[in-house]
Amino acid sequence: MKITEEMVDYVSVLSRLRLPEEERARMALELERLTDYMEVLNHLDTTGVEPMSHTFPLKNVFREDEVRPSAPREELLANAPAADEESYLVPRTVE
Amino acid sequence: MDWEMVIGLETHVELATRTKIFCSCTTEFGGAPNTHCCPVCTGMPGTLPVLNRKVLEYAVKTCLALNCEVTRYHKFDRKNYFYPDLPKAYQISQLYLPIGRNGKVPIRVGQEEKVIRIHELHMEEDAGKLVHDNWIDQTRADYNRCGVPLIEIVTEPDFRSADEVIAYLEKLRSTLEYLGVSDCKMQEGSLRCDVNLSVRPVGAAELGTRTEMKNLNSFKAIARAIRYEARRQQERIEMDHKPVIQETRRWDENKDASFSMRSKENAQDYRYFPEPDIPPVELDGAELERMRASLPEMAEARRARYERDFGLPEYDAGLLTGTKALADFFEETVALGLAPKEVSNWMMDVLLRTLKEKGLEPKEMLLTPETLGTIIRMVQEGRLNRTTGVKVFQAVFDENADPAAYVKAHGLEQIRDTGLVETTVREVLARCAAQVEEYRSGKEKVYGFLVGQCMRALKGKADPQIVNQTLREMLKNG
Amino acid sequence: MDILDLSALALGRAIQKREVSVEEATRAALDAIEEANGQNNAFITVLPDEALARAAAVQRQIDDGTLTGPLAGVPLAIKDNICTKGVKTSCASRILGDFKPPYDATLTEKITAAGGVVLGKLNMDEFAMGSTSETSYYGPTRNPWDLGRVPGGSSGGAAAAVAARECWYAIGSDTGGSIRQPASYCGVTGVKPTYGTVSRYGLIAYASSLDQIGPLARTAEDCAAILDAIQGRDARDGTSLERDYGGLLASLDGNLDGMRIGIPAECFADGLDAEVSRRVLAVADVLRGRGAVVEECTLPIMEYVVPTYYIIACAEASSNLSRFDGVKYGWRAEGYRDLTDLYNRTRTEGFGDEVKRRILLGTFVLSTGYYDAYYRKALQVKAVIQQAFDRAFARYDLLLMPVAPTTAPRLGESLSDPLQMYLSDIYTVSVNLAGLPGLSMPCGPDGKGMPVGAQLVGPALGEGKVLRAAHAFQLDTDYHTLRPQAAEGGAH
Repeated sequence: MKITEEMVDYVSVLSRLRLPEEERARMALELERLTDYMEVLNHLDTTGVEPMSHTFPLKNVFREDEVRPSAPREELLANAPAADEESYLVPRTVE
Repeated sequence: MDWEMVIGLETHVELATRTKIFCSCTTEFGGAPNTHCCPVCTGMPGTLPVLNRKVLEYAVKTCLALNCEVTRYHKFDRKNYFYPDLPKAYQISQLYLPIGRNGKVPIRVGQEEKVIRIHELHMEEDAGKLVHDNWIDQTRADYNRCGVPLIEIVTEPDFRSADEVIAYLEKLRSTLEYLGVSDCKMQEGSLRCDVNLSVRPVGAAELGTRTEMKNLNSFKAIARAIRYEARRQQERIEMDHKPVIQETRRWDENKDASFSMRSKENAQDYRYFPEPDIPPVELDGAELERMRASLPEMAEARRARYERDFGLPEYDAGLLTGTKALADFFEETVALGLAPKEVSNWMMDVLLRTLKEKGLEPKEMLLTPETLGTIIRMVQEGRLNRTTGVKVFQAVFDENADPAAYVKAHGLEQIRDTGLVETTVREVLARCAAQVEEYRSGKEKVYGFLVGQCMRALKGKADPQIVNQTLREMLKNG
Repeated sequence: MDILDLSALALGRAIQKREVSVEEATRAALDAIEEANGQNNAFITVLPDEALARAAAVQRQIDDGTLTGPLAGVPLAIKDNICTKGVKTSCASRILGDFKPPYDATLTEKITAAGGVVLGKLNMDEFAMGSTSETSYYGPTRNPWDLGRVPGGSSGGAAAAVAARECWYAIGSDTGGSIRQPASYCGVTGVKPTYGTVSRYGLIAYASSLDQIGPLARTAEDCAAILDAIQGRDARDGTSLERDYGGLLASLDGNLDGMRIGIPAECFADGLDAEVSRRVLAVADVLRGRGAVVEECTLPIMEYVVPTYYIIACAEASSNLSRFDGVKYGWRAEGYRDLTDLYNRTRTEGFGDEVKRRILLGTFVLSTGYYDAYYRKALQVKAVIQQAFDRAFARYDLLLMPVAPTTAPRLGESLSDPLQMYLSDIYTVSVNLAGLPGLSMPCGPDGKGMPVGAQLVGPALGEGKVLRAAHAFQLDTDYHTLRPQAAEGGAH
């Protein structure tokens, strides 16, 4: 399938990656080569095959509704690139 | 041209579990920022979600109460988008196999009855809170609400008026409260509503282009926003001759208007896919039946029971069962050994009025059934007259103070000393000789005046029955 | 004899007999790292002070009899995508910055409980995406057998460190071959366990439905002991399996009587290096000698496994790696104008090319209009692949396959052609797609003296069979004891 630079732009926006101008064309070609190769899957008739999202038929795994202590806030915030003593800080979000 | 509005609702309900949906942090409202958080709910790398059993139970019960088909085999999916209130950059939700589908909620507006169809019901996690600090021109992210369990209930576009929407929401709130699955506190965001609305000429078969309104946090706001938006769309089509744009709009309660939330870098492509970290859930028939059997008695059933067993009028029974908190209060007071009719009267005349004056929800009051019971009993035993009883009620209401102690401290106990009453009546009759003469000459009206004089002399604390009896005897014998 | 040449179990026995102290072993390893790391760059973080303090504590527990396991006191190293409390965990990516997790992975807790002494954190391909360990932000790891060649990936640091005698064993992760392929390139033994056997809690996810933690060591016996220590149901990982764990080490007796082993013909077709093919097929003779019945069989799915793997892995990765946005942890770019710019700059500058390529591909296959054609189709093919293995395992206890089409390539050869690099994962990825256990063990050098690995694949929960066969092979061969020249007697 033809992968256009517009398609690359679209997935770039969705994944919050901004490719430099010269990389867009290269990425479009690479993705096209990869998706072309993936077409081989269409040689396999999978009509009626249930998509397998989980490898094993594991089911019903639960936790009981019991409160455990939360983490110390300073431990959580210690890794934040920008934080004050109580919150993570980010640039203004759109009103 | 006559227009009609077509409305569908997406309601998010926070479930009243003790812990979050995928980790063991408390769901308690209002902690200091980021103090109800752990590596899991702040999306730290390598952490994994494990489903809270209670969330599933509450979601299933809600499905059953809303007459949904329960999806016996269901899964979670990831909804991917970037925003600082979503630390994993995906929300764990359900798209492909939601837990409930095809529900029905009967509502009543005035005398009209109608069924609102539920399209689907699914479980998901809440996001955090962003607060902009103008002083530092930065936004603070607080993840306490991240991972609080939600169910989202999506209706079909079945509403044709704001009144229908409100009736549905009231019904929904009552149902959720009776089930005990949510506090439904709108001001704390535990019941939130998005309104999808379009307009079309009456009789048209096609739906118009719809908008989605968010940020609606009270029934009042919802009703106003609906009326505003319907008018806006209608005027846009009729007067401006422009089509309605499909978009998300934010309701601003202060400005009493909705505003477009369009933003440029926002391609809405959530790339849902099955959540690999959570195995599917399969409910077996026996478990489902057990949950169905464990559903509590809901509002309608209770109202019928109050009418049948307690002989309450339909209106009173309806009002008392309007919220679970009120109905529970009623039943607990009756359980203290008081006459249902008497309790009902007190609640209808005194308690509901007080709540209304104070602008409180029944579940917010501190007053206990024991306190109301004590007051009713004091009146029944003649230790207080009813008027004083109401005053005591109002005095102890806020703090749920001890009524007996209050009565004692304020010397409100009713005078039942017949000797004291006789002495006082005798004095009054001596002082009001002229009126006594009038009465005896046949002017019955004067009797009321004389009672009033006696009660005043007794500072209103006398048992009216004893005063009446004494006064009549003395007038007769005098 | 050099204690660095001992297997992990042999060192454990020597420690229990007080022939070697934990501190001695730890110092020997730290010295070896000091000497070798400048050349092979196997470690991102070395923890000399922590390791020595830990060695003393473990020695006390051994002395007072509270720590008696076979791995007590044996120093190891952990791949840098597994969380270690308070110790930098980088995934070999710029974007994690100096991230120090405030929690241990379940793996780390289990290794600690087994008396492990952690020497440091191991280099890898960035976010475990790669087959060469060249995409690390911290520079490439080199193969101890030939420093001009790659060690394989993504657990290249783990394989190199074990091969170069810098530690007795290492913990890696395997999403599409990331333990087995570097084990093969570096001449060590590595196991990817059945999906759900070892908890993933604290393993920084690449592709959640495929990732598994596992050991790299000198011998199959060592791997069995390590698996005994690290496997188990974990309440913090909803995908971890309930089963009877343990007893793997005790079950290895060298006897393969009646074991049926299939050799899938499709795995020995075009594209496989002739010397690799010869070496792997020669394994069959040794196994026959131990009583196994080995015969050719069919696994008619090989052309589908690589695309299926890359669709699923990249889709999950695009979602898993979205959390790295410069807000909660790790590195944040500078000079951003607003929130979107912060995201864009941090992610564009924070991720390497291979990671970005996979995120974009994964985003594409999940996006509106393409989900059914790619992602849903891949999940269907995944089911077909699992069925093909089910059919094979109805007749055979194990499958014998190559690990990689060639031995280790030279540095810089692979990255220029992503598709070609992806295709070299053909023998390993199907095992992850089906969730099966797979083991790679050395089966002799090729003509250039580079190690060749043979892969044994078992049915779900068949670790016991896989290890049993590998142990039997190692009883009769000494390929696993070979030591790279570069690591002999210091640097050359």
